Amino acid sequence: MAETIILEIARYSPERDTQPHFQSYEVPVHKEWVVLDALNHIKDTEDGTLTYRWSCRMGICGSCGMMVNGEPKLTCATFLTDYAHKGGKIRVEPLRYFPVVRDLVTELGDFLAKLKKVKPWLIHPNQPPLSQGEFLQTPAQVDRYKQFSMCINCTLCYAACPVVGLDPIFVGPAALALAQRYNMDSRDEGSGERIAVLAHPDGIWGCTFVGECTRVCPKHVDPAGAIQQYKLTAVLEWLKSFVMPRGPESEHVGSKSGDD
Amino acid sequence: MSEANPETIETAPRYTEFHPRWYRPQVSVYWWLGQRQYLKFILRELSSVFVALFVVMTLFQLSALKDGPEAYADFQRSLQSPLVIAVNAIGFLFIVFHAVTWFNLAPSAMPVRLGGKRVPAFLVAAPSYVMWILVSAIVSWLVLR
Repeated sequence: MAETIILEIARYSPERDTQPHFQSYEVPVHKEWVVLDALNHIKDTEDGTLTYRWSCRMGICGSCGMMVNGEPKLTCATFLTDYAHKGGKIRVEPLRYFPVVRDLVTELGDFLAKLKKVKPWLIHPNQPPLSQGEFLQTPAQVDRYKQFSMCINCTLCYAACPVVGLDPIFVGPAALALAQRYNMDSRDEGSGERIAVLAHPDGIWGCTFVGECTRVCPKHVDPAGAIQQYKLTAVLEWLKSFVMPRGPESEHVGSKSGDD
Repeated sequence: MSEANPETIETAPRYTEFHPRWYRPQVSVYWWLGQRQYLKFILRELSSVFVALFVVMTLFQLSALKDGPEAYADFQRSLQSPLVIAVNAIGFLFIVFHAVTWFNLAPSAMPVRLGGKRVPAFLVAAPSYVMWILVSAIVSWLVLR
């Protein structure tokens, strides 16, 4: 008989409940099982009403983020054995600070709206015709933004950030890091368009550098670093506006210019 | 808008971006007590109060110095009260915590690149520590010689 472990899972039915409650399930502990496997086991064999998001099972899609014993985790990368040895139970809750739609499913509309606000795409008004060939980048130029481009929008960083909980209009770690990903890209010319959203009390200045976003990030994106680095850029731009108040509107606000 | 019948306002279907059936968790006032990292963050922020306290105390010290040897002797006597010693001892611990936590955060805010490669974090933090030790050594030498 295999060893078992108790999963305490937050349940919330919008039709019946006013607030979530916990329901316990006993699942076998297999060496290769992650929390997501346990949830699938419960849904398949015990309780088909259990609702949660998942897709790829391999840390790429960013769908299966949940609070595991109070810590934001990708459940596809959180092994049962890490908890079984401590003799503990595993408490699975929906990601913190997000509205809950049902059981472990959070509502992402607010996050997606914030993401869109920072224009996380290449802005290239003077795009040359395709016939002139592709945009070339050196390995060093790719290296500038590659780390920030690893984000999978799993929103673990939002569940880790107390500012997100206390100040719901804060743009948040992932969106700010992705803005910086495009600011740092040598092909992008949109940093002037992004600065109004980024250098704003609800943007980078909302961040108090708790650093939890970076600690929980499963892809090592370091959103906290991206935000602090942009703070320096924003201050320099602000100083520049004093030195050259009548100067041309800055088009290249991102830190990619000048420090290569 | 003209006067509206309150009854129609109450019953008319209204658009809301807040879905009535989503559960919206409230953040507790004591959110920072629940997790070690959050507590560490709050202590780090709180440490600036003690930094400010040391600055104010130094200003008082300078003012006493300006007022002559007697005023300065009075100031030194006031520092010997157990309460001031206790506040200073706690303040010292907080200031060490303040310095260490901020020095350690510097590499994250300042990605230094040399020859296209990012300099390891500990090498970015190291100059702060070296300067700290150096300045402390100079101050100790001035005070203790």
